[in-house]
Amino acid sequence: MLSADFVIATAIGYVGLLFVLAYFGDRRARSSKSSFLHSPAVYTLSISVYCTSWTFYGAVGNAARSGLEFLTIYLGPTLVFVGWWFLLRRLVRISHLQRITSVADLLSSRFGKSNRLAVLVTCIAVVGIAPYIALQLKAVTSSIQAVAGASEFGQGSLKGIDDVGLALGIAAGMALFTILFGTRHVDAKEQHHGVVAAIAFEAVVKLAALLAVGIFVVHVGGGFESIFAEAAANGIVVDTENTFDARWLTTLGLSIAAIVCLPRQFQVTVVENSDENHLRIASWAFPAYMLLMSLFILPIAVFGLTKMPPGSNPDMFALTLPLAFGQDGLALFAFIGGFSSATSMIILESIALSIMVSNHIVMPLILRFSSGVSSDGRGVTRLLLVARRFSIVLILSLGFFYFFFTRDSDALAPIGLISFTAIAQFFPAVIAALFWRDASLKAATAAIAAGFVFWVWCSFLPSFESVSPHVAWLLANGPWGISWLRPEAMFGFDGLEPLAHAAFWSLSINVLILTVVSLLTTPSALERIQASVFVDVFKRGHVPRGNFVPGSATANDLFFVAERVLGDTRAAALFDAEARDSGVDPDMLEPSPSFIGRLERELAGSIGAASAHVMLSKVVSGSDVSLEEMMQIAGETQQVITYSQELEKTSAELRSTAQKLEDANAQLRELDSQKDEFLSQVSHEVRTPMTSIRSFSEILLDGEDIDAGQRQHFVSTIHQESLRLTKLLDEILDLSALERGERNWENLPINAEAALDRALTVCEALLRQRGMRVEQGERARPTTVEGDADRLCQVFINLISNAVKYNDADTPVLRISSSVRAGNYVVDVADNGPGIAKGERKLIFEKFSRGQQGTADQGGAGLGLAISRQIVTRMNGSLDLVQGQLPGACFRVRLSVMR
Amino acid sequence: MAIDILIAEDEPSILESLDFILRRAGWSISAVTDGDAALEAVRRLKPRMLVLDVMLPKRSGFDVLKQIRASVDTRALPVLILTAKGQQQDRRVAEELGADGFVTKPYANADVVGAVRQLLGENGRTP
Repeated sequence: MLSADFVIATAIGYVGLLFVLAYFGDRRARSSKSSFLHSPAVYTLSISVYCTSWTFYGAVGNAARSGLEFLTIYLGPTLVFVGWWFLLRRLVRISHLQRITSVADLLSSRFGKSNRLAVLVTCIAVVGIAPYIALQLKAVTSSIQAVAGASEFGQGSLKGIDDVGLALGIAAGMALFTILFGTRHVDAKEQHHGVVAAIAFEAVVKLAALLAVGIFVVHVGGGFESIFAEAAANGIVVDTENTFDARWLTTLGLSIAAIVCLPRQFQVTVVENSDENHLRIASWAFPAYMLLMSLFILPIAVFGLTKMPPGSNPDMFALTLPLAFGQDGLALFAFIGGFSSATSMIILESIALSIMVSNHIVMPLILRFSSGVSSDGRGVTRLLLVARRFSIVLILSLGFFYFFFTRDSDALAPIGLISFTAIAQFFPAVIAALFWRDASLKAATAAIAAGFVFWVWCSFLPSFESVSPHVAWLLANGPWGISWLRPEAMFGFDGLEPLAHAAFWSLSINVLILTVVSLLTTPSALERIQASVFVDVFKRGHVPRGNFVPGSATANDLFFVAERVLGDTRAAALFDAEARDSGVDPDMLEPSPSFIGRLERELAGSIGAASAHVMLSKVVSGSDVSLEEMMQIAGETQQVITYSQELEKTSAELRSTAQKLEDANAQLRELDSQKDEFLSQVSHEVRTPMTSIRSFSEILLDGEDIDAGQRQHFVSTIHQESLRLTKLLDEILDLSALERGERNWENLPINAEAALDRALTVCEALLRQRGMRVEQGERARPTTVEGDADRLCQVFINLISNAVKYNDADTPVLRISSSVRAGNYVVDVADNGPGIAKGERKLIFEKFSRGQQGTADQGGAGLGLAISRQIVTRMNGSLDLVQGQLPGACFRVRLSVMR
Repeated sequence: MAIDILIAEDEPSILESLDFILRRAGWSISAVTDGDAALEAVRRLKPRMLVLDVMLPKRSGFDVLKQIRASVDTRALPVLILTAKGQQQDRRVAEELGADGFVTKPYANADVVGAVRQLLGENGRTP
């Protein structure tokens, strides 16, 4: 017969074996990267820590009470691993890049490295997991009692010790065990290869034990069919009524959330993952494991209900059935299997929770109250380990107290679901963290907090109903008698059974707040940065840089920090690697922003993202750099950028102004040189008559041997040259006025044809003198244009006299024609002279231009055409050189006809 | 018989005045009114010297001077440049081209006669 003493001794021996396994597993994993401990098989088995004594004992009990409902707990994770493995892959990738250590760290990191959120999540996790720990304590206690209660002899040294004392002993033992196991060192990635090895081993043991019991039961019962047939014959029916009801869906949903958010599941699935590809194997292997685990649950439950005396605890069937059949060996194996399920859960859960507590609660407190890392001589590592050990004690104490207060409730499964509901509060935020860029810190914090409050009220509190009359009264009447606040019928909604009710309200409020607040709030800069790091994790080719200003931190300061947290060896390795990469001596290392970023992630692996950020901020800038300050710096930078853009604009304006000035200057220079040219031309034109006047005056002054006729001739020349000078000056003044835009006449309606006729009359003598024949072409009828008759006549005279003066043909011909075309009065003055050489056609209207053929005896100063053109222009017309009917030049005057 | 002075000037009244004062000084004169005619007359008449206006039709005075200096027959011909502008630049160009003397318009008759006399090497002679 088995005795309690023997069973306890076996359990202690088993724990010793696990410890040895973990110890060597750790050494092996450290020495060789390719060890089988890094294999997908071990990874999958460690994920099987999901199957706790809830599964080993509770599922059987659950099946016995509620039929197939127990399956939902395994269907949820199956859905996640098979259907949503992309979600897990994303989670693993982000966590590796960001050195995420826990679900609290994940949310904190995603939502702007907020420590407050991490503290909230940690507290909720610690409180929420307490029932789950209590479940394990209860299961182990019950299993030992089941063995002990089987016979008088079995009690052994347990005589006089009640279940509370036993549970306390177990809790204490577990705490000690976990401390020894899980807090021997602090690792950057928080990976515990030794522990994982032990957990994997336990996974095999519990599966083998349950399978053994199952096969035994099927063997004894004569096969599946006969078991169910016999049960049916005894009036035992597996409850299938409630399948697919609200509770069914609730437990399914909760298990989906739990497989992602449970601290220990996050630890093994995400943190302990050493290779993303292991997820591929786990995506089918883990569901397969769960299938094997649940394969015999229903037969065991049914067989137990059939064979065991009424009132037996169905949770313990897996243990009590072999005992009842006198199979002590199998019973011991089953006990070890159940013990494995419980210990593996307790060890991993408390390690995961202790990491959260130490990283997110203890570490920030140390940072806040110590005057900085530098003054702390003992090293952060030691402090962290101490903090973790205390956390483990705290967590197991909470579990024990919960067990103590709720010890009267029988079933295991409902206790577990209370924890599941608590942990599920993280799920909406986790999903939002991974996929929704706009999810904000405030929203996540408010959503989780609100969900937690509802959980406490609707799920946690009611679990004390059996031990507290106050709670019972509260459940029945609501606080202060307000019935719509009754915990299990919030807002008068009592159509659901309690679990579904609690899950419905807490998660609905959670999701609602998360969505609405996210849409209403604007995330901070750091949140946005982290959001894109998370959401775009598969888009980014590189690890994002840390968001530190390159400050005054020396490599020495940083090393000091790193050494305290990571330990001497790892810190040195990190710095040596960086020095090697940048090709400098380790003593000369200049910390680059990317290196500080990497350092932050390494530290985050040990103390969480928020703490690492704060700690490095202190070192890098010598004081705290708050995000506000960062934003201020960024804002100033923005100002500088704006200012420099303005400067650039101003300098562009200056450049353009300078260009304009330069252009104006060039124009002035051009005008200046035109003025020089003009003066030079004028002086030339003036000197010519002056020369004659002076010379002849001197001749006359000499007074001797000049006859009267000659004298008369000389005086007349002097007179003519004086007139020429006068005319020249008049023309210059005239042109100058015209060029300034002045007009010493008024534009009035005049008869243009009359002006042309008058010009011909004036030139009649000149024409006759040169023997020039005038050819009258087509003439227009009297036409009214706007202008000045005298000035227009002057233009015609100028054109006619030019035609006369420059014509050297033997039989000179002048051809005059006028017409009205398209509203224009057009006059052509053509001759059969030499014409204007091609090269001079543009110059002909310039001042002092006489053309090559022009000689001094032709009289004018070369201002005539320039003046004429100016006059016509001032009458809003044009004067051009055109191709005429005669071989010589043809000038065309064009004026608008008045109507 | 060969003439003393060839005048190339296109302003009729100036030409008349030069003709008068130089004849009165006792030299024989021939005149042309454009650049081409000047070159032709220099070759044909072989004057002892040339009075050359800068601003001539058809071929500028500078061009005429350049041609004269380029030809072996006429290279030694003394040339007196008449310029209405009287500017430094014109004077420099003429000097570079090998002008022997300058008279600026409006000139004093005595200056012209003096310059011609000097170029003809008749300093001692009185009209």
